[in-house]
Amino acid sequence: MGNTVHIKPSLLLPSIACAGPAVGAAGAPATAPGLDERIERFISPLTDWIERVILFPTPIPGSDAQMAFVVLWLVVAALVFTFYFRFINLRGLVHGFRLIRGDYNDPKAAGEVTHFQALATALSGTVGLGNIAGVAIAVSIGGPGAVVWMMLAGFLGMSSKFVECTLGVKYRSINADGSVSGGPMWYLSRGLADRGPALATLGKICAVVFAIFCVGGSFGGANMFQSNQSFQQVLGVTGGADSWLAGKGWLFGLVMAFFVGLVIIGGIRSIARVTSRIVPLMGAIYVIAGLVIIGVHIDQVPAAFALMFSSALGVSSVAGGMLGVLAIGFQRAAFSSEAGIGSAAIAHSAVQTSEPVSEGVVALYEPFVDTIIVCTITALVIIISGVYVDGGAMSGVELTSEAFETVIDWFPYVLAVAVILFAYSTMLAWSYYGLKCWTFLFGESRGAEYTYKTLFLLFVVAGASMQLGAVIGFSDAMILAMAFPNLLGIYFLLPTVRRELDRYWAKVKGGELPTWRENLKRQRR
Amino acid sequence: MNEKYLVGLDGSDCGERAVVAALQQAKISGASIVLCYVIPWSPFTFSTAEENALRHKRREDELARASELLLTPEKKRFEAHGIACEIVARHGHPAKTLAQLAREHQVSMIIVGVLGDTPLKSRFLGGTASTLIQISPCPVLVVP
Repeated sequence: MGNTVHIKPSLLLPSIACAGPAVGAAGAPATAPGLDERIERFISPLTDWIERVILFPTPIPGSDAQMAFVVLWLVVAALVFTFYFRFINLRGLVHGFRLIRGDYNDPKAAGEVTHFQALATALSGTVGLGNIAGVAIAVSIGGPGAVVWMMLAGFLGMSSKFVECTLGVKYRSINADGSVSGGPMWYLSRGLADRGPALATLGKICAVVFAIFCVGGSFGGANMFQSNQSFQQVLGVTGGADSWLAGKGWLFGLVMAFFVGLVIIGGIRSIARVTSRIVPLMGAIYVIAGLVIIGVHIDQVPAAFALMFSSALGVSSVAGGMLGVLAIGFQRAAFSSEAGIGSAAIAHSAVQTSEPVSEGVVALYEPFVDTIIVCTITALVIIISGVYVDGGAMSGVELTSEAFETVIDWFPYVLAVAVILFAYSTMLAWSYYGLKCWTFLFGESRGAEYTYKTLFLLFVVAGASMQLGAVIGFSDAMILAMAFPNLLGIYFLLPTVRRELDRYWAKVKGGELPTWRENLKRQRR
Repeated sequence: MNEKYLVGLDGSDCGERAVVAALQQAKISGASIVLCYVIPWSPFTFSTAEENALRHKRREDELARASELLLTPEKKRFEAHGIACEIVARHGHPAKTLAQLAREHQVSMIIVGVLGDTPLKSRFLGGTASTLIQISPCPVLVVP
């Protein structure tokens, strides 16, 4: 998903703090007092407070760089998982690819959710503004070197996804209506209950706290931020501050809320289905366009990589040197891949398999695709085009847009459409995640569902009406906060996952897991 | 050795004609029948999280509906003529799944209608029947 255009003076380094207002001003509506402003005045004291509590900056020892504590929390966990599972993020890749390709699909289970489908669904919730805008922000404030750290964080994040998604499948539950639900609220409460009465209480607390934050995240980063950014994009395309839409964010919000409402309240599933098919297409167009630009400038690619790696160790313009660059890269990666946040486990848990680890191995590809491949392409395009050097006036989607424009001049329009579609699909995906957590808290009933859905739509309108600065702080805070209960509980479940992994891996290596081709050969004999 | 035919239904008139042809053949040879209906499905499609959550339930509903509404009435027709008949409903690529079923049940012949593809699809991608002819492990009788 894509909560990302997040530039906050309090968290960044003094020398680049000036980038904050620049982003906020980019395409921001003219500030005439109106409905938009009144909505903002009503909500922002609350969102500011939440943001301050969760995103408090932690100084990095031996440097004047700072990093939000929660980002440190995510990176440490990813590092621990990577070592504890002996680099599963490397050794699982080949087997994961064969699972996605369908080598192990049982023909008799055809019609169930395949590994490919579970991965694609989870990816469409994650790929989006985070990869398009996030890299641009990392490059513009941290220099090209930040991308290297972003890729490293994405690589480590693969291990977090592995653990989450394995647990998501292992502890999923079948509801009364026959639907499957899984995710952190289930593995935290059930998984820890398996490990003794003392941990059962902790598990219950973690699950409830997670569900609360997830509902908050679904209102914030997955909703307000998305509607806010798509409004900014539409505003930019229609003429910026001169646009007749300027100051009418609430109107745009109402339209957006109407379309979201059609699906989540009106039950018009066909729209959601169409969106779920268009979004991968937009993603593919984006990647192809990026490759075309890289292809045009293929001779500059080695130099671009050299620049990235040399500046990863520190740029004089970035305070804190190497650690400053590292902090920026890690933070952006956390927003881009959502590894450790727990959201992906909800999407992955519907897969058909009797082996939870198999889905964990497939989930390795999620950060791989969205934080390593897509981000590298975006970064190369930005660096090769050289637009990031032209001064700090632009950041986020605009910077990416200009970088693409240098070779394909009509691409900003395609990007505008892509941004709206990504935003829309992220909203739909997260409205489902949020609803699952809401019903976990309040029980499955029509009343509870409609309450959640109505609130969700109200936040769409609020997001479009508010200024970027107020929205992103809250969005980031709520989404990242999910990592606290999620990872805390996961630490206690690590031995369980290790046992599952070792058993499954022995099966794969021992040939006890025949592919359908091998089965076919046996039948023919 | 007892012969066994695999008959593919698709709910259209073509499938119906395949059943009639199978009846005649089976009466002559005394073969038993495996009657099947393939629900078109691909493992590589995109879906929403909500669809995925309900997929398992929906799959069972689809299979149950296929065997109740389509397969069971036809099965009774065969049995009325004293021909042994089993039924299978399965998701998948129609031609590939028919070939797979032919292998699983070790049938001696597949009998299908010119299955209900749209003219455009069969023109450009090849119809189910023509694909089946190329990948089938046994003779195929295609009923127009």
